[in-house]
Amino acid sequence: MTMIVLGSPLAIADESAPIVSVRNLRVAFDTPHGAVEAVRGISFDIAREKVGIVGESGSGKSMTGRAILRLTPPKARVSAERLDLHGQDLRALDERAMRLVRGRRMSMILQDPRYSLNPVVRVGEQIAEAYLVHRRVSRAEARDKARAMLETVRIRHPDRVYELYPHEVSGGMGQRVMIAMMLIAEPEFLIADEPTSALDVTVRLQVLAILDDLVQSRGLGLMFISHDLNLVATFCDRVLIMYAGRIVETCPAAELRRARHGYTRGLLESLPRIDKRRDRLPVLERDPAWRDAPAVSPREG
Amino acid sequence: MPLIDIRDLRVSFGEGVGAIRAVDAVSITIEEGEVYGLVGESGCGKSTLLRALAGLNPNWSGAMTVAGQILGPRRSTAQYKLMQMVFQDPYGSLHPRHTIDGLLAEPLAIHAIGESDRRIVEALDRVGLDASFRFRYPHQLSGGQRQRVAIARALIVEPRVLLLDEPTSALDVSIQAEVLNLLDDLRRSQKLTYLFVSHDLAVVTHMCRRIGVMRAGRLLEEMTVDALLAGGTTHPYTRHLYRASAGYDRRLADTAEVLDDSDEEIA
Amino acid sequence: MPTSVETQTNAESPQPGAGIRNWLTAEIPGSAVQARAQRAYFGWIRFLRNPLAVVGLSVIVLLVLAAVFAPWIATHDPLVQNLATRLQPPSAEHWFGTDQLGRDLYSRVIYGARITLYIVLLVTALVAPIGLLIGTLAGYYGGAIDVALMRLTDIFLAFPGLVLALAFVAALGPGLENAVIAISLTNWPGFARLARAETLIVRSSDYIAASRLQGASSGRIVGMHIVPMCMPSVVVRATLSMAGVILTAAGLGFLGLGAQPPSPEWGAMLSSGRRYMLDYWWMATFPGLAIVLVSLAFNLFGDGLRDVLDPRNE
Repeated sequence: MTMIVLGSPLAIADESAPIVSVRNLRVAFDTPHGAVEAVRGISFDIAREKVGIVGESGSGKSMTGRAILRLTPPKARVSAERLDLHGQDLRALDERAMRLVRGRRMSMILQDPRYSLNPVVRVGEQIAEAYLVHRRVSRAEARDKARAMLETVRIRHPDRVYELYPHEVSGGMGQRVMIAMMLIAEPEFLIADEPTSALDVTVRLQVLAILDDLVQSRGLGLMFISHDLNLVATFCDRVLIMYAGRIVETCPAAELRRARHGYTRGLLESLPRIDKRRDRLPVLERDPAWRDAPAVSPREG
Repeated sequence: MPLIDIRDLRVSFGEGVGAIRAVDAVSITIEEGEVYGLVGESGCGKSTLLRALAGLNPNWSGAMTVAGQILGPRRSTAQYKLMQMVFQDPYGSLHPRHTIDGLLAEPLAIHAIGESDRRIVEALDRVGLDASFRFRYPHQLSGGQRQRVAIARALIVEPRVLLLDEPTSALDVSIQAEVLNLLDDLRRSQKLTYLFVSHDLAVVTHMCRRIGVMRAGRLLEEMTVDALLAGGTTHPYTRHLYRASAGYDRRLADTAEVLDDSDEEIA
Repeated sequence: MPTSVETQTNAESPQPGAGIRNWLTAEIPGSAVQARAQRAYFGWIRFLRNPLAVVGLSVIVLLVLAAVFAPWIATHDPLVQNLATRLQPPSAEHWFGTDQLGRDLYSRVIYGARITLYIVLLVTALVAPIGLLIGTLAGYYGGAIDVALMRLTDIFLAFPGLVLALAFVAALGPGLENAVIAISLTNWPGFARLARAETLIVRSSDYIAASRLQGASSGRIVGMHIVPMCMPSVVVRATLSMAGVILTAAGLGFLGLGAQPPSPEWGAMLSSGRRYMLDYWWMATFPGLAIVLVSLAFNLFGDGLRDVLDPRNE
């Protein structure tokens, strides 16, 4: 069995310094009916930790991740007072410099690997290609590195899987291939947008374990976007809850069950629970005040 | 006598050596008024079973009886009226070029049920939508509203059995709670029997009294939800599903590899 | 004063036609008719955002107007010969000049619009329903029916359109009606292919499954569910193929196999102008321009229509 080396010295150095720092981020779209803000002024820091961003569809959580990587649709208008990666201002970079940042220093894993992988190129070559783009190495080196990376994501027969086409791999393996591809250039920051929503629960656990190990051993910052409260509460270190384009609550993941904001509480209540039988599920009553009220954080109160 | 009696159901895709047994000798009985949950991961055959029972896939063998009627590969109009289905994807199950009114009027026309005006308004009201939705198109509705329309359409012919294929897995949790509550209310008021298919153990245990666990086309085990909660599962796969659905668990993830070797399978 | 409140709400939309506009943009449609009208209205607004498509539509409208009001718009009788004024260049009397028999070219081009429109409408009316029927049946039933129908379309598709049309006209005899039949015979397989492809996508969708579960017959599913989904692409295809139809008709006319003299068909006019082209440029130029303009208009209109009818834009 492949073991991952945990706790490399890199991870210990300066644990609390933010990798990504965001202040007053806004994403707006011009529609025929006027401008619509998908993200309405949010601020957060992510250090070497797993930060979950939870919210329902339309809460702006995916757009936040895309805005950091500057992958928003062309119609979107993004603005921020600060958008830093290790103190470097990402807003000041032109498109070419940004391309170097994407993939090399920040990566993104999407929900369904079948749509993110090129269907006519062998998966191993795609991983090697991702390495070649950012490193000056020979093809043979990239190939070895890709093989090693497949091993790192616990694929048992990397040589065989290297030669497969995306349609020949299962969903769980596809997602592991994606992780290998996104981490091969050794980025500092990883955004995972619903990385396991398309996977079965048993496979999901394995993919998360791989992600968990890599984040720890490489000292990555992870932004984990998900709609699944249970998953975020158990997988992440810290949770930001988004509602209508704003962060309404931040709390340590372990304390999510004791959340204070009405929205978070409502969401948690409305989840069916295995361990607690109820005749009816409480329905979330949306309070219009949530849209603009300041964020709640347990440390403050 | 049970309302639904499935015996030795087999469904295959393809022929000859390359044939895949999607459902392999599954027998299930469901009493009138019961909610039976069928759980399993993708590709385990739970949806295939549901579609064969509904009459969408005629290539099955075995015996299926619903409300005393022996079902063949082809269904009569009256047999279709007996069972209706709600699909997983609320965006794909409503015809994009028909108004809600048109969608609800069609089954009434097929089964020659009169008073369509009154029935359409009633059907919308039953699922918590007011009459203002009647002449809208599906794309003007949210996911939850669409799923309500799909439920209204299924119930407008007054079936006795509702087949639910992951009806809330495409919805946000707060909307999921509303739809699950609605389904619960409707079952009581319309005296319905549900066969509820889902990959989400929490949803199934909330809705059902009795569940069946499927894996690789076979029914691994059947048990009451009370027995499951009391830890009375006999099969390690069920126990694993149960623990995995609680969220991320590092230790479980490490033991999972021993149990699950399907990840190296080539799709 | 309860009445003043009413007048105030009315005062917000004083201009005439505001009632219809409100009815078309109302948040909650009150009837199926209103719902459909709203859909058409929003489609129209999207269409207006494409200037080239609007140009195309305008030319088509002009073509229709020219065809309908030809006797009033034309300055001369298109068939009356006057050898005294033959082969005259464009002038105040004859705007586009005259041909070798002294007929007024402007009037002939205007009357030619009738023939062009007649061909286009007749071909579309024949081809679209046949293609739609064959394509949806082949796609929906699959199996032997699909194989038989698709091999039939393959046979028709194996020949270049104009060559096949020529063969048919040669067999049927020259003439406008036979040209229409020949063009239709060469045109329907494209529609059948398109309808079949759309049907294959639609057939496996959940809303078709839902209909089947309600006990809908195959005829109802094809007619009420599959055909409406194929309609947009068939309409677009029909519009885009009109340019080809006009060109084929003109080609047949040019070869003397379409509309027969003295009928003012553009292709036939172009053909007779060809012999005089070097010395009397106007004889071939004006019918040729008419053909180009109208085919282009149908293409631009079709492109705009495609953007509007594509359900992904909703």
